[in-house]
Amino acid sequence: MTEALEILFTASFWVAAIRIASPLIFATMGELICERAGVLNLGIEGIMTVGAFAGWFTVYSGGDLWTGVLVAALSGAAFGLLHGTLTVPLGLSQHVVGIGITLLATSLTYFTYRLALPEVTSPPKIEPFQPLPIPGLSKIPILGEALFSQTPLTYLAFLTVAIVAWVLYRTPLGLAVRAAGENPTAVEAQGISVSGIRIGAVMAGSALMAVGGAFLTMSAFNSFFFEMINGRGWICIALVVFGSWRPGKALLGAILFAAFDAYQVRLQQLTGGIVPYQIFLMMPYLLSILALVLVARRATYPKALMIPYQKGER
Amino acid sequence: MSNDNARRGFSGVSRRTVLKAAGAGAVLSAAGLPSRLFAQEPLKVAAIYTVPFEQQWVSRLHKAANAAKDRGEIEYVATENVANNDYERVMREYAEAGNKLILGEVFGVEDAARSVAADYPDVAFLMGSSFKPDPALPNFSTFDNYIQDASYLSGLVAGAMTKSKNIGMVGGYPIPEVNRLMNAFMAGVKEVAPDTKFQVAFIGSWFDPPKAKETAFAQIDAGADLMYAERFGVSDAAKERKVLAVGNVIDTQADYPDTVVVSALWHFEPTLAKAIAEVKAGTFKAEDYGVYSFMKEGGCSLSPLGTFEGKVPEETMKLVADKEKAIKDGSFTVEINDAEPKSS
Repeated sequence: MTEALEILFTASFWVAAIRIASPLIFATMGELICERAGVLNLGIEGIMTVGAFAGWFTVYSGGDLWTGVLVAALSGAAFGLLHGTLTVPLGLSQHVVGIGITLLATSLTYFTYRLALPEVTSPPKIEPFQPLPIPGLSKIPILGEALFSQTPLTYLAFLTVAIVAWVLYRTPLGLAVRAAGENPTAVEAQGISVSGIRIGAVMAGSALMAVGGAFLTMSAFNSFFFEMINGRGWICIALVVFGSWRPGKALLGAILFAAFDAYQVRLQQLTGGIVPYQIFLMMPYLLSILALVLVARRATYPKALMIPYQKGER
Repeated sequence: MSNDNARRGFSGVSRRTVLKAAGAGAVLSAAGLPSRLFAQEPLKVAAIYTVPFEQQWVSRLHKAANAAKDRGEIEYVATENVANNDYERVMREYAEAGNKLILGEVFGVEDAARSVAADYPDVAFLMGSSFKPDPALPNFSTFDNYIQDASYLSGLVAGAMTKSKNIGMVGGYPIPEVNRLMNAFMAGVKEVAPDTKFQVAFIGSWFDPPKAKETAFAQIDAGADLMYAERFGVSDAAKERKVLAVGNVIDTQADYPDTVVVSALWHFEPTLAKAIAEVKAGTFKAEDYGVYSFMKEGGCSLSPLGTFEGKVPEETMKLVADKEKAIKDGSFTVEINDAEPKSS
């Protein structure tokens, strides 16, 4: 039992938790932006797949790592534009469009992958982002090591949270985005295009989701596999609710979920095979549901979420 | 008409990336050929995989079939990434297209696959399966990666190479195909180092290298200095933490020259050669082809030490050679144990 608790005080555990959280942070921020503007983006799983492939393939084809991140973001934004066009001006069901985008993006990625690499015995590798310890800060026991001995993409993930929070709460643009998700008529009354704000938010959010996917192929690992997103996108949808649509709380949620995940793989080794491994794999999800029940009860969702806005309609 | 049919059948498949040239060739030639194939003509073989060609298990089948194609023995078409709920349809399409031998893996679609075989008694089916063939279904044979012999030998090497006597093992799911290799590996380790501690974990996915890597990190944090690499991602963790790894099914030493000591390799060639010969001779029947993955049939082997030449103790390599000899002449049999391995 003490061994199980000791794990929580090791630096390697927290380093792993932050590493596992990084792709979730990007994608959760992406989903959060979409939903704050009033659009549920269920294309997240597919858009992450696109980003994972696009970023990795750019580097594999000779681009540098940051170009890869940019390409991933742009390809995510392209799918965001498609999603936004269908759901905002055309007002189609956001559920159906989102799932459609996920299926389309995933299949298109696999198709492109196979056209580009028809005959490979194992997926080619790239040289991924390497850990970049911040001098001084990374020497602080546990917390410093966990936060400041990561790859540049992880630092970017935390920076993204700060930027998203600042833009949403401290800028006129953020006000317009939040209003588009709460009371689009008020946005229109200000002479701002609700459609423009919403499509822009979906594009920006989708770009972040794609970077989250790219983290898996360019930082956590070094090659692209079919199905490697493995449900992480759906987790991020839950994390947005967990965070009550607030960037800071959503960040905490992502780290909490990742910590549960890092904890379960370590606990699995302690029990000597008495407890079935499935119990451990379930644990992060079970604990997240529990946390969701406790934390999200008072959550207030954006009032105009999933409600299409037609100009002039009452 | 037959051309229309053929084209329709092919276009349904092509969505999922067929080897286009080979596929088109096979389909076009189907129309012109006499129905009875002569022995010297290449046999029409099709394969249906539920995962991409890159997946370790499937890559061994694909390699063997491509080699047979290059030798002119068979015409070969294949479809990858077929979902289980789509598997039956693709099987029927390939059977309708005139293929004489259909390869694949039916771990998730046993009943459906067997009912397809019953509908096409003239087509031979050789399928990866956790179950046994049924004599009542004479055109349906099963095989699997029974490479416990090679896994056992790789365990002997691992037992000698681990200094902390703590070995980490990361698997996808505890299914027989995975379990028996892990168990044989562990038996080999215990032969050399009886008090070795094993950390066994399953990640509940075949394709999540980042997760496999995180799990491997956790085991290395807990003291493992040698990893049994059942999944992609494990060797990467071993490489980053500068511990050793033992490979499984495929040889990955070229990618991890300072990490992967040795690998238990699967060779599908004897299984395929046997099936091709039986179909060509018209004697294909329900058989368990699992034995053709055994070492004495050439179905598996221990990879050369390569970059680790000279780094493994000599007496260990002598023991490996002795055991290999004993396995081949039948005086020693590696136990086939499909039970889920547990941490110790």
